[in-house]
Amino acid sequence: MFYIFIAVSLLVPSVSYALSLTSSTKEFTLKNGLKVIVVEDHKAPLATFQIWYRVGSMNESSGSTGMSHLLEHMMFKGTPKYGSKQFSNIIQRNGGTDNAFTTKDYTTYFQSLASDRIGLSIELEADRMNNLLLAPKEFESEKKVVREERRMRYEDDPQSALYEDVVSTAFKAHSYHWPVIGWMSDIAAIGRDDLRKYYREHYSPDNAYIVIAGDVNPGAVLEKVQKEFGAIAPVKRGKSTITAEPAQQGERRIYLRKEAELPYVLIAYHVPNFPHNDNFALDVLSAILSDGRSSRLYKGLVYEKRLALNASAEYNNLYKDPFLFTLGATAAPGKNIETVEKALYDEVDRIKKDLPSEREVQKAKNQIEASFIFAQDSNYSRALYTGMFEMMGGWRLMDTYLEGIRKVKPEDVQAAALKYLNDDNKTVGILVPIKAGVKSGK
Amino acid sequence: MGSKQRGLKLVARYPVLIAAFILFFISQAHALEVRREIAPGRLTVLQVERHNLPVVRITLLIKASPLNEPADKAGVAYLTSKLLDEGTARRSSSDISSEVEFLGASLDASANSDFSSLSLSVLKKDIEKGFDLFSDVLLNPSFKQEELARKKELLKGVLRQKEEDPAFVAEKTFIKEVFGSHPYGRLVEGSIESIDKITRDDIVRFYRSNYLPDNAILSVVGDLTPRELDSLLQKYLSGWSKRQHAPVAGGTSESTASGTATPAGGKTVLVNKDITQATIILGGLGISRSNPDYYAAQVMNYILGGGGFASRLMKTVRDEMGLTYSINSAFIGNKEPGQFEVEVQTKNESSGAVINEIVKEMRLIQREPVTDQELSDAKAYLTGSFPRRLETSRRIADFLAARQFYNLGDDYIEKYPEYINKVTKEDIMRVAAKYLTPADYKLVIVGNEKKLDLKSVDKR
Repeated sequence: MFYIFIAVSLLVPSVSYALSLTSSTKEFTLKNGLKVIVVEDHKAPLATFQIWYRVGSMNESSGSTGMSHLLEHMMFKGTPKYGSKQFSNIIQRNGGTDNAFTTKDYTTYFQSLASDRIGLSIELEADRMNNLLLAPKEFESEKKVVREERRMRYEDDPQSALYEDVVSTAFKAHSYHWPVIGWMSDIAAIGRDDLRKYYREHYSPDNAYIVIAGDVNPGAVLEKVQKEFGAIAPVKRGKSTITAEPAQQGERRIYLRKEAELPYVLIAYHVPNFPHNDNFALDVLSAILSDGRSSRLYKGLVYEKRLALNASAEYNNLYKDPFLFTLGATAAPGKNIETVEKALYDEVDRIKKDLPSEREVQKAKNQIEASFIFAQDSNYSRALYTGMFEMMGGWRLMDTYLEGIRKVKPEDVQAAALKYLNDDNKTVGILVPIKAGVKSGK
Repeated sequence: MGSKQRGLKLVARYPVLIAAFILFFISQAHALEVRREIAPGRLTVLQVERHNLPVVRITLLIKASPLNEPADKAGVAYLTSKLLDEGTARRSSSDISSEVEFLGASLDASANSDFSSLSLSVLKKDIEKGFDLFSDVLLNPSFKQEELARKKELLKGVLRQKEEDPAFVAEKTFIKEVFGSHPYGRLVEGSIESIDKITRDDIVRFYRSNYLPDNAILSVVGDLTPRELDSLLQKYLSGWSKRQHAPVAGGTSESTASGTATPAGGKTVLVNKDITQATIILGGLGISRSNPDYYAAQVMNYILGGGGFASRLMKTVRDEMGLTYSINSAFIGNKEPGQFEVEVQTKNESSGAVINEIVKEMRLIQREPVTDQELSDAKAYLTGSFPRRLETSRRIADFLAARQFYNLGDDYIEKYPEYINKVTKEDIMRVAAKYLTPADYKLVIVGNEKKLDLKSVDKR
């Protein structure tokens, strides 16, 4: 055997709905350090393959921001064996779909296809882990494509542009400061040799793991993974240091003046990430504030006061380093954004002053738990959840997560609001709309 | 985390291949075992049992859409659907949301160009309570004046905010040019002006004329046996069949759509915005879902611009020229003829070059046969991807309701590969010549007027 076998079978009584989300998951590790996680689900002859690289924009440096994401694009531009775009063409020709995404923490590639074609994924991903071409012509063209992507996602989307501003204001020292897609001038400046070096440093079996979910036989896929990936050598990399963000001591406030229709406010608080002990209360707090039309923010700002078109709270907890808890709202036409901002604080203050009811806390817990269960119906979502928890320390934490949620009490929710949602810990961004649009027919 | 996929800011490589395939559910080996029955009131019920998870999905399709509304009350179908869960005879708006959300369930109502829908996703253990809520909002909506006023105000605000999105502005402008006064030419939500005109009477009339069991399809998929479903239907929906509405003047379940008013000839519309990138939509009138050319058009479209990285437009405009992140084309096969469109974003300065390239590719696929490889790749994808589109209970339920609505046939899943595989190269040239009409296209550009370079655009 070339691999270490660590099968996990949790015997879960099926009487309760507190089902284990990981009872059909197994993991194996090849000698070169590549971990393979298999989630068996035989409901239909389908499967999803995902490979997760432990590299994202947090690993970049000033002057070459956006490198991880640019590399993700280049991963579709061919190897000596399969030319540019052949990867996607082969997958599509087999009825599959493929894509990839880059975050601050990691880069993930995936294919969903008929389960009897899963070998294709394994073969193609192994090839591009080690043999990427990075051809000069393709490289220059793709840099232009990414700049178009940046124009679409940020430059011309006022609320996303404000998000980018707020995050970069909240993080002054940590590399979470810059956007995943990178700054415009960096995207243009990145050199091909730098990218190749980055690829060699970060794309290796010991810096990645595979998640396969669906109608597969673990023994058979493992054999195929061993065959295709087994010979790829691990890479010795030095320990890199990520700058820690110093504690914030005072409110930061920014304005963005941009072509838009309505004002928008986004408030960000520094918070701990999973599996910090306060994670669970913060997640329940965000559900109480913002999950559904019975949530506090919708009821207060949208339904009752009619101040906002939408209002939301988001706890970004599955980040490798502590990230942000955000509150956001779009002002309804004619409403003042300062009034909207104040109304957001009022809702948080209500929780600080009066304990949320047992029922309200239970509702939030039910919503969180049900969302995990509904997600199990799709191979892609199952693999995604498994992969995200693996990134946070291990896929088994998915069960721990729900156990933690179930234990949250109203007092914990209040304590979390008191501890983190404070003026000195917040960055406030306001979108101030400017309008220039005129229509002319020709 | 919570019920949405929170905590994940993603930047993906390309927009997922979705929009083009509204009714593109494809399959091969594993046929679905669908139970069909006609419930009291002549409600069509379709059911598939699945016991992989303790969840149930219910989709109710109501044959009511902008096609059934008076033009001066545009938005009444959408508004009616959005008011269903804003209060019933025995529950307030907040009661409904708090009861649904306590179950961790989701109850959603909406309308699109062709139909309205009400759907519920619920854990099996809560199915009784879920059905109670579902039937209450369906059968007893109160359409309170106060809720109507609130929703109208919110909708108008949302429509205004959407103007920030260049793709929204481009699509809104484009459909108006293509469809004129036909209902497909306006937003399902209506306009700020038309929403203002909608009264409670309009809503009640629309509801009474359209929300009827013999005008609906109920699709139930998940962890539920036929016996369990029958008992739920008996308990919660039998009241629906007994309801007898007197015919009401002004509201009708028949289509009120007038003939398509597309003025012949090309036209260019420019919407000026202070943005860095132009959003361009180019196209014209396409075909209906029932048009015999539908499948040939889908194969042709896959090769031209619907097939992601396999498409010609992606290869040239993105891969070779580096001028866009996203370009795609689609035939929207609706109940009545929908649109063919190519949509692309590019920096203002390269608009002209991109438009010329699109026209060049449209002309090429009209004049020259596609290659053997292109044809076989397109067929392999379209047939091979079918099973994935029926992966979850939600997708299966929505598919079954739509299959019934568009009369695709009970053997649709089995027949689909044949529909696709019989398309020939000649068919592709024929449908390209017939429907692409580059000389006659509507062109919408939302961008910065001062920076657009349109001088070079092909004279047609």
